[in-house]
Amino acid sequence: MRNLLTRKSFNFAFIISVGLLALLPLYVEMTGDDFYLDLANRLMILAIAAVSLNLILGHGGMISFGHAAYLGIGAYSVGIPAYYEIYDGLFQIITAVFVSGVFALLTGAVSLRTKGVYFIMITMAFTQMAFFGIVSIEEYGGDDGLVIDTRSTFGNFFDLEDTVTLYYFVFVSLLISLFIVKRIMESRFGMVISGSKSNERRMQSIGYNTYRYKLVCYVLSGCLCGYAGALLGNFTNFISPEMMDWTASGELIFMVLLGGSGALLGPLWGAASFVLLEEWLSSITTYWHFFFGALLILVVLFARGGIDGLLSKIGLSK
Amino acid sequence: MDWVLIITQLLNGLQLGLLLFLLASGLTLVFGIMDFVNLAHGALYMIGAYFCASLSEVTGSFLLGIAIAIPVTAAAGAILEVSIIRRLYSKDHLDHVLATFGLILCFDTMVHFFWGPEGKAIELPAFLDGRLAILPGVEFPTFRLSIILAGLLIAFGLYFIISHTKTGMLIRAGASNRQMVSAHGIDIKSLFTIVFAVGAAMAGFAGMMISPITEASIGMGNEIIIVAFVVIIIGGIGSIKGAFLAAILVGLIDTMGRSFLDTLLKIIVSEESAETAAPALSAMAIYILMATILAFRPQGLFPPKGR
Amino acid sequence: MRQTILSISNLSKTFGGVVATDDLSLDVEQGELHAIIGPNGAGKTTLIAQLSGEIFPDNGRILFQNKNITMLPPFKRSHLGIARSFQITSLMQGMDVIDNVALATQANDGHAYKFWKPARDDRDLRQSAIDALKEVGLEGREFEKVQNLSHGEHRQLEIAMALATQPHLLLLDEPMAGMGTEEGDKILKILQKLKKRKTILLIEHDMDVVFALADRITVLVYGRAIASGSPQSIKTDERVREAYLGTEGDLNC
Repeated sequence: MRNLLTRKSFNFAFIISVGLLALLPLYVEMTGDDFYLDLANRLMILAIAAVSLNLILGHGGMISFGHAAYLGIGAYSVGIPAYYEIYDGLFQIITAVFVSGVFALLTGAVSLRTKGVYFIMITMAFTQMAFFGIVSIEEYGGDDGLVIDTRSTFGNFFDLEDTVTLYYFVFVSLLISLFIVKRIMESRFGMVISGSKSNERRMQSIGYNTYRYKLVCYVLSGCLCGYAGALLGNFTNFISPEMMDWTASGELIFMVLLGGSGALLGPLWGAASFVLLEEWLSSITTYWHFFFGALLILVVLFARGGIDGLLSKIGLSK
Repeated sequence: MDWVLIITQLLNGLQLGLLLFLLASGLTLVFGIMDFVNLAHGALYMIGAYFCASLSEVTGSFLLGIAIAIPVTAAAGAILEVSIIRRLYSKDHLDHVLATFGLILCFDTMVHFFWGPEGKAIELPAFLDGRLAILPGVEFPTFRLSIILAGLLIAFGLYFIISHTKTGMLIRAGASNRQMVSAHGIDIKSLFTIVFAVGAAMAGFAGMMISPITEASIGMGNEIIIVAFVVIIIGGIGSIKGAFLAAILVGLIDTMGRSFLDTLLKIIVSEESAETAAPALSAMAIYILMATILAFRPQGLFPPKGR
Repeated sequence: MRQTILSISNLSKTFGGVVATDDLSLDVEQGELHAIIGPNGAGKTTLIAQLSGEIFPDNGRILFQNKNITMLPPFKRSHLGIARSFQITSLMQGMDVIDNVALATQANDGHAYKFWKPARDDRDLRQSAIDALKEVGLEGREFEKVQNLSHGEHRQLEIAMALATQPHLLLLDEPMAGMGTEEGDKILKILQKLKKRKTILLIEHDMDVVFALADRITVLVYGRAIASGSPQSIKTDERVREAYLGTEGDLNC
């Protein structure tokens, strides 16, 4: 309670957005137009991925340019079992999270030894490695990818075949992810991560093995993004190496920065603007990528702090 | 072992390595001197190729096309530096990455707008189109040989400029100690523009040399730029020598891996598993190389001094 | 007879031909305030860096409470009970004052891998952070952002963070650097209070402060200890006068 009063974390924009997202399926039910449902679904899945990236990039200051690897790993953790007709969602999700965690642990252990540009580039290179690894496995479609004919099932309770069920599954996942990241960042561990971003040298001198803390954070982030990947695989019904193309990693960074890096809800705003802008611009012109690129440059030049920064300026966010 | 194949693939590897060097040298200089991460370097590679394709078509000569396209690409680089890149130097690496990622999108779309979605092939003049017997029984495409030759010439030229001229001295000093160069009252702004334009010209030239083989296409730079980054990371940021050695190393490992890894693996493991593992391993080989090197030398083979 | 807490023997460090630490041997005894003085470039900060583990010596040995720590990384030395303050303020910008200190506190109660409980609601953690802030006179500034503090307050916070790790030995690197008289007096009072219960190795430029505080002084010139002893004996030492007259002038400057 004290938190509510002292930190004014009552967040108008967030409550409105959650309300809208929760009610969207009703609207779709009435109008029969599931275009918006798909759009919101994609938006929320990318938001979870962006939340996970924000954990290391925004909160931890680790600029990973390879986060799409985990989207790919997560999606293939649904696709490859489905190829062998294993549709058990629990198994798929655990695989997605576990394999992502292991990949993050192995690559993070090497990457975090480096700093600055070397870190950006080595994370990118590891993702390229995963990309080419998948491309060269003919069994799972290679370049062409793999169609997932049946979505995850959860025993006899429910399955994700129905779009609205999938939608609410993703919706709840997003809320839980935000809550988890909020709790982590306010915990002792989160304080260490914030401190290491701000001044790693001082953190070491007051007794922290910052390398280990950052590695743990890196693995947590990978696990969460792997989970988002599993949702993405279910949503698209199709997986391909393209999901982990380095430009996909770039888009995730864009979402985090567009929304406001280091702000809890930043990734949500970022993913939302990204998906909506993409949809809107591409409906106007074939050459929409140009305006997208120009917007990126403008954000860098003039609007660091992102949407969350703007929202708090006009008082709609904390 | 098939010796003809081995020699041919060695030459192919060398050719890939030299192309990578053309890209990586500009990248590593811009990186080393301006501390600027330029993902859009690959876009310059692409527009170089397109300029060359159109100019060869207009002039009817590939060589003339190249001769005009190089200064045009350099000018495009200079304009890009003065109009946008310059404003980014003071920002952090994350900003560089993001803004130049935006530039890639812009460039790809502009090429799409002006040249259309299809790739553009470049016709080679007859004297470059054939094959040349380099050893008894070993033939190699003349054009690929000329890429090797041109690449080596540029590498030596660059080496000479950097180690024997005043501008080169400034560049070397800038790569290892930026404050010192600015403290000497040298016009840093024009030096940066020149270095960027030269980097653009070399990247563009690499694009011109590859497109008669693969044709100029949208996004052609997006794949190879990552490999060029791998090269400068392995070589050590800011080091031309490092970029050269790493480029050749990466070119050879990639090419040789793709052709011979399955044969080698068959010696150790069963035929079947060798055939499944080899493509994956050889595709990943250069990244594994980079990870291994960085695990032991976090700043590459020739780390920048005095930073 | 007092116990030796820190023992440095034959320490050497060169940077590309420049000798920063030259066969240096030095003891710090339990409970004393040992000051290290010397002209600019005498290798004082290099010495602190080697003691805190940021750089490693080429030769020699550092014993802390009879344990060889010569090659230990900084965080392990912190766990053993060595804390340092930085000459150039080094704090977690962007965080609250109290968060800075609380980080130092939690580093040493060994429970930082807690992922769920909000750290800011942890009463014990908050209380010991507040105590450390009181000790340096920063009470009432707990919820200020670090970047909004004055230079003097930054220096106070530096010391509070070092203290919050509950160290057995404090390495203070010019805690008065860049301060006005009034602010300096404040720090001086804090140090006078501190020296009663902590072992301190102090590097300081201000001679008045050194002579007011130190139990023992070592004079460093070109990385070598040219004299070591009580403040009185240092004041009258011929070699010390010479070293200072040769470079910076009067010892009392």
